[in-house]
Amino acid sequence: MNYQWNWGVFLQPSASGDDTYLGWMFAGFKMTIGLSLSAWVIALLLGALVGVLRTVPNKVLAGFATAYVEMFRNVPLLVQLFIWYFVLPELLPTSIGDAYKQTNPVMQQFLASMVCLGLFTSARVAEQVRAGINSLPRGQKNAGLALGFTLPQTYRFVMLPMAFRLVVPPLTSEFLNIFKNSAVCSTIGLLELAAQGRQLVDYTAQPFESFIAVTLSYIIINVTVMTLMHKFERRISVPGYIGGK
Amino acid sequence: MYEFDWSSIPGALPFLWDGMKVTLVITFQAVLIGIVWGTLLAMMRLSPIKALSWFAAGYVNLFRAVPLVMVLLWFFLIVPEFVGQLFNIPRGTDMRLSSAMAGFALFESAYYSEIIRAGIQSVPKGQISAASALGMNYGQAMRLVVLPQAFRNMVPLLLTQGIILFQDTSLVYVSALADFFGAAYKVGDRDGRLVEMLLFAGVVYFVICFSASQLVKRLQKKYSTA
Repeated sequence: MNYQWNWGVFLQPSASGDDTYLGWMFAGFKMTIGLSLSAWVIALLLGALVGVLRTVPNKVLAGFATAYVEMFRNVPLLVQLFIWYFVLPELLPTSIGDAYKQTNPVMQQFLASMVCLGLFTSARVAEQVRAGINSLPRGQKNAGLALGFTLPQTYRFVMLPMAFRLVVPPLTSEFLNIFKNSAVCSTIGLLELAAQGRQLVDYTAQPFESFIAVTLSYIIINVTVMTLMHKFERRISVPGYIGGK
Repeated sequence: MYEFDWSSIPGALPFLWDGMKVTLVITFQAVLIGIVWGTLLAMMRLSPIKALSWFAAGYVNLFRAVPLVMVLLWFFLIVPEFVGQLFNIPRGTDMRLSSAMAGFALFESAYYSEIIRAGIQSVPKGQISAASALGMNYGQAMRLVVLPQAFRNMVPLLLTQGIILFQDTSLVYVSALADFFGAAYKVGDRDGRLVEMLLFAGVVYFVICFSASQLVKRLQKKYSTA
């Protein structure tokens, strides 16, 4: 097979003229990071809330939380993304929908992607938080209540401080997943890493270099996140547990 | 407010069913190959031969670090070209389905191998010692003693991974292959009824995956009490 390798292609000025192809890749890299981190904030906040609700004795709240998790877990991410991006603006009241469609298209893509990834991941985070709370010895809750704490106080002062520390290791893998899942957002035209990779193939006609560079970028993100989270896990691990200090 | 019009669904059902068949073919072959190749990878990873164990670790970590979308793009845009030249397949042959199948099988093997490795490691060590005391070699001990027990514990996890895989097949959208989701999108795009078709696709996926995961849960209860 005679393929002409040319790594220098990344330093050539890009088709848009004002940038190099390396610059395109870097823009995609920044988009992937920005999208994943902002979606992660949503996922953590909502996931913690829904995870707690799944364990409360109130049937209505727990039922709502279960429905939330099942809904986001049983529909493919791609379908959810398309629903956020194509369907939701149509279902809004006409005036709001029209105003939304007038905004910057990149902003629309980013918002849909961020909300979609955030909610999708929040269901997974919720499952981990629930598992963390359920793994606590039963005596902790009873002890809290016996001391005269109300149920919310027991959660706030006794159970959650322990549970949140215990769920950090399983959350690391969800954190890694959100970077990988962000590649799905290339399907609605958001120019993150995977989309830039495709664009590079079209413009440079050097498919191997383009894809190797993008794949390596994902591996670098993965390794960096794993290293950082490992340090964080060591700092907050609970003494006395396996994996604790 | 938006006026719903569901009328394009009934006429499109045969086309959607053809798409569902593509989805199911990709899912089942990837589960089968994933479990077989994943078992081999897991055994390599746990084997005392360093070269095998490094190869398996490298394979699994590589595929788990890269997004599925990226793997599929490799298999749609680059691998066919390469394979085509290697085996003299005429240019322009539609290899999207075989590319998708290969991509999913190789990618999922990495995930299956991690599940299977955990399953093998959950079998008590004494079982291997007992097998070697009976005169079995490593291969026999694995096949006759360890794997049957490991698989019994793993069945629910393997099935759950299958459900995730079923959902992930929708990503063949990047190659415009008409799986169930691709078919629904095409019909919606053609009739200007994208809203209805996307919601319909979402409901179908939900019903299938929710029922399947409830079944797995039931199975899990039955197995764990046995």
